[in-house]
Amino acid sequence: MNVLAVWLGKLTLIALRLIGRRGNALPGLVVEKVFPGYLPRAMATLPEGVVVVSGTNGKTTTTKMVATVLGERLRVLTNDTGSNFVRGAITATIEHADWRGRLPYDVAVFELDEAWAVRFVAIVAPRRALLLNVMRDQLDRFGEIDTTAALLGKVAAATTGDVVLNRDDQRIAALAAKTKATVSYYGVLPALRPLFPTDEELYGGPIAVGSVPARAELLALPVGTSPTIELRIGGTAHRVDLRAEGAHNAQNAAGAAALALTFGFDSETVAAGLGHVSPAFGRGQRFVVDGRIVVLQLVKNPGGFRQTLRTLDGAVPVAAIVVVINDDYADGRDVSWLWDVDFTALAAVPARVYTAGTRAADMAVRLRYDEVSTDEVEPDPEKALRSAVAAVAPGEQVVIFSTYTAMWALHATLLRLGVPQ
Amino acid sequence: MTLTLVHLYPREMNIYGDTGNVLVLRRRLGWRGIDAQVVPVAVGDALPHDVDILLGGGGQDAAQGDIGADFASRGAQLRAMADDGVVMLAICGTYQMLGHEFVTQEGRSIPGVGVLDVVTRGQSERLIGNNFVDTPAAGRLVGYENHSGLTELGSGATPLGTTQTGRGNNGRDRTEGAVRGNVIGTYLHGPVLAKSPRFADDLIRRALARRGESTDLEPLDDTLAERAAVVAAGRPR
Repeated sequence: MNVLAVWLGKLTLIALRLIGRRGNALPGLVVEKVFPGYLPRAMATLPEGVVVVSGTNGKTTTTKMVATVLGERLRVLTNDTGSNFVRGAITATIEHADWRGRLPYDVAVFELDEAWAVRFVAIVAPRRALLLNVMRDQLDRFGEIDTTAALLGKVAAATTGDVVLNRDDQRIAALAAKTKATVSYYGVLPALRPLFPTDEELYGGPIAVGSVPARAELLALPVGTSPTIELRIGGTAHRVDLRAEGAHNAQNAAGAAALALTFGFDSETVAAGLGHVSPAFGRGQRFVVDGRIVVLQLVKNPGGFRQTLRTLDGAVPVAAIVVVINDDYADGRDVSWLWDVDFTALAAVPARVYTAGTRAADMAVRLRYDEVSTDEVEPDPEKALRSAVAAVAPGEQVVIFSTYTAMWALHATLLRLGVPQ
Repeated sequence: MTLTLVHLYPREMNIYGDTGNVLVLRRRLGWRGIDAQVVPVAVGDALPHDVDILLGGGGQDAAQGDIGADFASRGAQLRAMADDGVVMLAICGTYQMLGHEFVTQEGRSIPGVGVLDVVTRGQSERLIGNNFVDTPAAGRLVGYENHSGLTELGSGATPLGTTQTGRGNNGRDRTEGAVRGNVIGTYLHGPVLAKSPRFADDLIRRALARRGESTDLEPLDDTLAERAAVVAAGRPR
């Protein structure tokens, strides 16, 4: 049976690639329909079972961190493209299985969207779960933030071994009560807490400092242009050069470290693994195009957008900013979340500003009310990218903030026009 | 002259970007050289004496519970303000609470303040999607609806407008929102004023007229907003 499922999936994948499609979802969808029992059977063959990573922000990069760190000792199967529905996990499994249907891995690390994580755990009970945060996101799908937290509660409840929770997000920390698994926590040093606002705190609530002990804790953020962060992993402090930019990724590194500790890894191995993490798809990836540096930043919700805007204070001056807002289903149909992001700081950045995507005009309106003027409103993301690159001098930087569905085309264009850095 | 804008419960009732309405009004006043003072009012805070425009947004069901008692305690004051012609823009949850009551799915009645002659009943289906509403006073309003309460208007309230493609007040009679004098309730998020500049200026004119000031407003370049409105109205639900 597994052999048939794997052949069906792999052939679908090959057919899609032949016609130039990515095929991150469809092979999984086909196998899910024809062989609904495939995924649980395949997962049951993994000696260390499945790790599920979920939460609103940071899933893809954190999944990559966990997979890279576990990769220091184990053979890791993962979906690292941000295709985070159950079909994405099945596609990754099919892709990595051999043609005899066997899965030569020790553990699977899957990023799952909050709603799909619930569907996933209904068919495969994860051995471990890492739950990051709950922020307002895709309310057209989830309705409310509390609904999203309840979904993650179901994931915690289904987990059999270890659940690792973010101590500093009250909605996440409260999930400890929902599970019989062993619970451990990660967090940031209380002095750093104001830099990591939860949804409540973003909207004026008091900063709540968690008091439960964390197995891994962020002690210090990078200073200036250095990528070095300081983490306490178990009982030992380590300095780690983290190639995933931004304070939020330093926090996620603490989560990945705490999860790795549940495997009995020593802190040196965990720190070394974190040093080997490269930026995940569209999360601060850099390309060189005609001597210009182009940075790709995925934005999906207000919290994440605010965090990535903070990465603009880097060493290389930003000469052009392109904001690409699509409103397809996977982006969220409702774009009102853009009004929960404060763009006023952009008015002080001496950069050309472009808006693009289906909601290019909406984005320009949003910027206008923060008194940031848009130089060009160009719905076609590729055209906007080309104009931005053409408008800046060699050595200067173009930063693209893009929602999910435009990211793939932009990524492909950048690979064609330039070289990944 | 300074107009006073009250932002009710910015912390609890802000979930779908409705805070943007406050920003839109503040900027459109500022660009025309009219000073605006924004006063956030939280649970327990006193309302300022001289309010020109009061704005409130949508919140999570739980947040609506957190502020319910505080809101109810302001009933007499809010009714007096409405009678006095204060301009109110109440979105979603705040719209529901300005009505007579909200009846939960379990049949429990949560009394509103009775500023608007509407009653809302909770149910399980959420009405979610892009929406545009044609109004007699301010043309087409473009936004996004996301609610589960069904609102019925009494004889003392006029619908704000009608919707062809959206679900509106109750998914049944094509009406959206309610108006009584200068008090306007609607389910449109977006925030609604972002892509409906005529509506934003209509609210400003109402506030100026109430003060006896000139309602001639310097025109602003709203090309982008109009373009965004046309795009949004053409997108799938």
